[in-house]
Amino acid sequence: MTAALALGDDALVLSHRLGEWAGHAPVLEEEVALANIALDLLGQARVLLSLAGDEDELAYLREERAFRNVQLVEQPNGDFAQTIARQLYFSTYQELLYERLARGTGPFAPLAAKAVKEVAYHRDHAEHWTLRLGDGTDESHERMRRGLDALWRFTGELFEPVEGCEVEWHTLHDAWLTRITSVLERATLAVPEGPRRGGWAAGAGRQGIHTEPFGRMLAEMQHLHRSHPGATW
Amino acid sequence: MSGSPSAEWPLWEVFVRSRRGLSHTHAGSLHAPDAEMALRNARDLYTRRSEGVSIWVVPSAEITASSPDERDPFFEPSADKPYRHPTFYAIPEGVRHL
Repeated sequence: MTAALALGDDALVLSHRLGEWAGHAPVLEEEVALANIALDLLGQARVLLSLAGDEDELAYLREERAFRNVQLVEQPNGDFAQTIARQLYFSTYQELLYERLARGTGPFAPLAAKAVKEVAYHRDHAEHWTLRLGDGTDESHERMRRGLDALWRFTGELFEPVEGCEVEWHTLHDAWLTRITSVLERATLAVPEGPRRGGWAAGAGRQGIHTEPFGRMLAEMQHLHRSHPGATW
Repeated sequence: MSGSPSAEWPLWEVFVRSRRGLSHTHAGSLHAPDAEMALRNARDLYTRRSEGVSIWVVPSAEITASSPDERDPFFEPSADKPYRHPTFYAIPEGVRHL
């Protein structure tokens, strides 16, 4: 199932990226917050990947080119502001998408209805930090601006229609842009400029083309399972 | 963690009302830059296993506490006044669940 793989990989890969903050977050409270979000996403990934096949095999034994996640979620954490920028872009998108899937009658409606509450909290968390960093000190403003700019070119791919998701992608995109614009305005930040589609934009993750850091992330994520196949504890 | 934010962020006391509880009880404390973030941190730290349905956060600095030095004048006088406990009444027959 193409869509289960696409949505499941988004959740799995972002979950792993957020998990990388464990032991490195700026404060303990924030570390727990990011780990909570990571675990929510991992739960979603397990349900979605199970719809597509065996969850462990899909997560741990697929090659890079077989992953169908958008390139946005595989981008490295960078500094805390860049992680928040990634969270803001993605969770705003995910909430709008799951709201629509939950209203539908497709196979994802039950999962989406449950997950949308989790995702609403992820988006709220990202918005609060965007406001504080953007409207904070000169340095936090600058870092937030840099994070938003760096990831902007990966946001066009979010609205490439996913086969099997009966969603109006145009209105989804418009709603996303309206929300992002409103948050960034309140945070005294400008909406980044620059291409999000076409030759100069990034994004073919849904076709299995991934960016360089993704291979290293997968190596780390998969090495235990590949070294000890079938191990349990 | 040089220049750790938690060194500058104020401390907050967290009170959680459990699903069956009538009142908020103290759950612990945490650091946060402001009240809104304190609420969110409290949600992540103290209600992960669905312990609560309502959270209060209070700046620790706003709590006035009795001092250990005042313990004797505050609390000792009540120790030898057992008649303040309602234990000297004969319970009428027919009263259950008391």
